[in-house]
Amino acid sequence: MDRATRQYCDEISKWCARLTREDRCVQIMEVCGTHTMSIARNGLRALLPAGLRLTSGPGCPVCVTDQAYIDCAVQLAGRSPGAPIIATYGDMVRVPGRSGSLAEARAQGARVEIVYSADQAVDVAEANPNDEVVFLAIGFETTAPGAALAVLRARDEKVANFSILTAHKQLLPAMLALLGQDDVRIDGFLCPGHVSVILGWGAYEEIAEQYSRPCVVAGFDPGQILAGTAAIVRQLAEDMPRACSVYPSVSREGNERAKRLLDEVFEAEDAAWRGLGLIPASGLKLRDEFAAFDASGRFDLPAGESGDLPGCRCGDVICGRIGPGDCPLFATKCTFRSPVGPCMVSSEGACAAAYKYGRDRESGDR
Amino acid sequence: MTDTEHIQLAHGGGGQLTAELIADVILPALGGGQQAGRLTDAAVLSADGAGRLAFTTDSYVVQPLEFPGGDIGKLAVCGTINDLAVVGARPAGLSVGLIIEEGLEIETLRRMLESAGRAAAEADVPIVTGDTKVVQRGALDSLMINTAGVGMVLAGADLGFDRIEEGDRIVLSGPLGEHGLAVMGRRKGLTFAGDLKSDCAAIHELAAALVEELGPALHFMRDPTRGGLAAVLAEFSSGAGRDLAIDEAAIPVRPSALAAAEILGLDLLTVANEGKLVAVVSDQAGDEAVAILSRYAIAKRAADIGQFCEQSDDPWPQMLTAVGGRRVIQMPYGEDLPRIC
Repeated sequence: MDRATRQYCDEISKWCARLTREDRCVQIMEVCGTHTMSIARNGLRALLPAGLRLTSGPGCPVCVTDQAYIDCAVQLAGRSPGAPIIATYGDMVRVPGRSGSLAEARAQGARVEIVYSADQAVDVAEANPNDEVVFLAIGFETTAPGAALAVLRARDEKVANFSILTAHKQLLPAMLALLGQDDVRIDGFLCPGHVSVILGWGAYEEIAEQYSRPCVVAGFDPGQILAGTAAIVRQLAEDMPRACSVYPSVSREGNERAKRLLDEVFEAEDAAWRGLGLIPASGLKLRDEFAAFDASGRFDLPAGESGDLPGCRCGDVICGRIGPGDCPLFATKCTFRSPVGPCMVSSEGACAAAYKYGRDRESGDR
Repeated sequence: MTDTEHIQLAHGGGGQLTAELIADVILPALGGGQQAGRLTDAAVLSADGAGRLAFTTDSYVVQPLEFPGGDIGKLAVCGTINDLAVVGARPAGLSVGLIIEEGLEIETLRRMLESAGRAAAEADVPIVTGDTKVVQRGALDSLMINTAGVGMVLAGADLGFDRIEEGDRIVLSGPLGEHGLAVMGRRKGLTFAGDLKSDCAAIHELAAALVEELGPALHFMRDPTRGGLAAVLAEFSSGAGRDLAIDEAAIPVRPSALAAAEILGLDLLTVANEGKLVAVVSDQAGDEAVAILSRYAIAKRAADIGQFCEQSDDPWPQMLTAVGGRRVIQMPYGEDLPRIC
């Protein structure tokens, strides 16, 4: 263990010991899939004192996406020659739907292109002028500006065969919704580095002040995560919850240009979240002037069914109601090989993290 | 929920799905002589009176055909040489089978073949036979190459899962993930992968030096290609029936590869390599193995990265992380999919 790590760990232990609350227990929720993965990949839980629990929240873009959207995307992919090309981030490809996943659709003839950015999806559309190309626009404020830029580019370059199926989400309404549940204990939030670059750490001040929960933005390496955790525990011990950042890349105001871009292209709409249900004004839909690029207007889309697939408890995992190991399907019926829900598939999912890096060796199946 | 009727890309990814396809479909149909789960990179056959013959084959389907640090021609030669090398054989000759899509530019084909020829000459392994087929446009993507290779197993080589003992050291010949990241970077035009080059290289000299100089202290070898080091460690652990523990801080890594992998959300441990060797040696021989490998330019950063532990009915590979945490190492599933943000 290096010196910095040792220092952070000592600090965390010190402040945990000074907690005045009776149970001396703290549950911190990370609302970022990259944090979830980093915590598991670096084995950080083994370094924390007993009584301090890190739990995963709705931070994985694929995981929070409503089942109806997944089913809709798989349906849209189709298997016939006239079906659109689906351009998507890689994480979406294996997410199970009621009629299979995009990977399975692809094996049966659907055209599914993995892209690394929304901009590349416009490239795909330009390279295939005789085909419709639909980009699966999911994710938080991190990926939404990219989708906005892609739509602007498609408009300016008159790429008429490009459209997006949007399920973009805003993080803050979900955090507020989580605090409104009485069956989930959250003593503080470890806030996401990427989203906060856009939003700014000032965005969490409302939560810190009105709900008395520390909100600390941290980067993704182990040192950052431990530093953020130490700051949260200290605030709890001193009973001075506030919003702040230990991640130097994040300012209080965030990225004004990206926020303006979001506002230019998108407007808020009520959105369905896996596990949290419909949250008012938590989603982003294209403004009317960009309606031509909205796949939901261009194609006759099936009305999907919300809610987890039978037996799947991803919704409870996402909200921190249960841990991955508490789901009866985890590592038995639901594995990398045959995932039942998105949390096992996504490279940022809590179940994938637990399965890949953190599984208890006694839990059997591999 | 899972489609079991159709082949998916992940069936070719070198992970769990590949292993299942081999065990459930391929071996039963072909009456496989080797036990599923204990397959080695090359078959070792006894040639009466002439020692032991190693035999292997591999097909190469990389897109794009050319990538930083290599191309399909060099890859097809080095990959098969390496499969022979890690069973302790000195490669004697290769075949090259070409399957070409109608319309491929002859100049491109020539460039790939010249590269293959150069790689074979540099490795001093002759290409001795071959085959050429052309298929209709659209039936495949430009060019596929199959190579097979034979070699004689070196007299002192005694390698196998059953030779692995408690305390055995695990030695890796150099930094991880460069091939997979270079190809992925070129395929998708990712500029951050700028200085990353595939590690594509023949490792038979390294392997032969270990066999000859370590003798019985060399217990097993693998080349961590598809599925990366994670797949090799998972196979080691289940093949040997032992837990093993890797020290993350000891694993050689190039900062540019680490950064590229982090941006893509990939674990360097699961990314493909094409010029690396993982050797299992006796508990006393770790330093010597590192010294032997370090003599070669492609293994300057060889390192002792961990060891085998006690026998177990449910063996796991585990990692002591660089910050002092602990985690398990899981067999990758299949296709490596870059993440969202």
